[in-house]
Amino acid sequence: MSVSFLISQAKSVQKVIDEHSAEIEVLDQKIGDGDHIFNIQRGLKLVVELEDSIKDLPLAKALNMIAMKVLSGIGGSSGALFGTFFMTMAKSPDLDKDVDFIKACEMVISGIQAMKDRGKADVGEKTMMDVLIPVSEKLNELKNESEFKSGLNEVIKIAEERMLSTKDMLATKGRASFLGERAKGHIDPGARSSQLIIDTICKSVINN
Amino acid sequence: MKKFINNNDDFLKESLTGFGKAHSDIINVNLDPSFVSRKNKTKDGKVSLISGGGSGHEPMHGGFVGHGMLDAACPGFVFSAPTPDQMQAAAEHVDSGAGVLFIVKNYSGDIMNFQMGAEMYSGKNDSIVTNDDVAVEDSTFTTGRRGVAATVLVEKIVGSLAEHGGSLEECKKLGEKVNKNAGTMGVAFTSCTVPAAGKPTFDIGDDEMEFGVGIHGEPGRKREKIQPSKTIVGNILEAILDNLKPEKNEKNLLFVNGMGGTPLTELYLVYEDACQILQSKGVQVTKSLVGNYCTSLEMQGASITLLKCDDDILKHWDAPVHTAALRWGM
Repeated sequence: MSVSFLISQAKSVQKVIDEHSAEIEVLDQKIGDGDHIFNIQRGLKLVVELEDSIKDLPLAKALNMIAMKVLSGIGGSSGALFGTFFMTMAKSPDLDKDVDFIKACEMVISGIQAMKDRGKADVGEKTMMDVLIPVSEKLNELKNESEFKSGLNEVIKIAEERMLSTKDMLATKGRASFLGERAKGHIDPGARSSQLIIDTICKSVINN
Repeated sequence: MKKFINNNDDFLKESLTGFGKAHSDIINVNLDPSFVSRKNKTKDGKVSLISGGGSGHEPMHGGFVGHGMLDAACPGFVFSAPTPDQMQAAAEHVDSGAGVLFIVKNYSGDIMNFQMGAEMYSGKNDSIVTNDDVAVEDSTFTTGRRGVAATVLVEKIVGSLAEHGGSLEECKKLGEKVNKNAGTMGVAFTSCTVPAAGKPTFDIGDDEMEFGVGIHGEPGRKREKIQPSKTIVGNILEAILDNLKPEKNEKNLLFVNGMGGTPLTELYLVYEDACQILQSKGVQVTKSLVGNYCTSLEMQGASITLLKCDDDILKHWDAPVHTAALRWGM
């Protein structure tokens, strides 16, 4: 993981999210309050715009700037959760040394754990954590394998399955939780956007 | 979408700036990070009250900044929780050393961002969470009830206690009592349109209403055909009374809140219906508030809040207040 990797991933994710914005907006209007896609898009735009200010910085500083930008520029649940994710990654030890695949996995795993603690949501509650927690568990298995690239295909598959599994769940966290039974039958918008992010980044790592 | 808007990116900034100019005698508006604060510095020894939430519920919360109510309010984007740096900056700006009480509506984004703001603020602080909406029950399917219109009552009543020298602990305790003594439920006839979305949040037929709607247009208990006002008000009150179970000799405050698009003539009609129904059930109404205070952009609809009042609550309700949206006694 490097600053240029973060910037190029942010750009790719921005493109994919923009392509799916209408779909995510509709999902959020069905069971949320319609702000999720705008928050995610605003956050990505802010991060992409940071390019010039972070490209020559050490990784820890760049991650920290991304965290503060996400935290102060997005709002809503997404801002707090993704801000927490980057802030935790920025606090990882030894970021001044080479960050290899194993180290990057550990950073993502600790970031997702911090999101779980912040949102107090676990698997099965119809939120983005339904995608992120199983992805984190899979990364934990993968980090010790030599053939990690093929393992990332499994991560992509898990993210998609778990995203789809939110469709028949009752929500107990987030704004959809206020709907009870009526939230059933719709994929959680946060689970969809998180799955798209995982999908984009994993594919790019596999292809490089 | 037909709205007074120049471009979406500047929507909130332009509105806040106008708000600041219109009420420059009582408040200041700070931008980047944005917060509304009182024009005068917090007196030494007075606990500071800070609330906030997504924009689109005006006059809540900026309209309640001023003597006898809030010290500061942090507006997020429309229907999105504000960010931790706003809460931190507002707290640093208003705290006179007696501590800060954050008043937070029970929505996950607000809870998380206020928590982070409180962690980032180094001074003494505590928080209360309002959850007065009885439309969605506390059950295995929900994390709890939503915080809606009773937040206005909490801000007014705790604001008076803080003004009268109440400690941080006392302010928190009174706020929790007011929240526990209050029940709210709303109904919507039309949707609202978030400016960034440009189209209505939900579809609803000309002859339909959303019963138990939330303040972002999020669905409530059920979608049904529209009924005469007396029937709607009766159903709302039944849900509230089931929950609050006021005693016969207890005094109550009845608050009819407009969602933004319903004229006052209809809100007063709702108030009259509610008074008659409550009287027939032996529920005493001694205080009133009618108007658009906790809105949902241009949504047509209303919510009713009933607050059970003891002498302490009544005293602080009647105490002087001078804000952009509520003013009496001074």
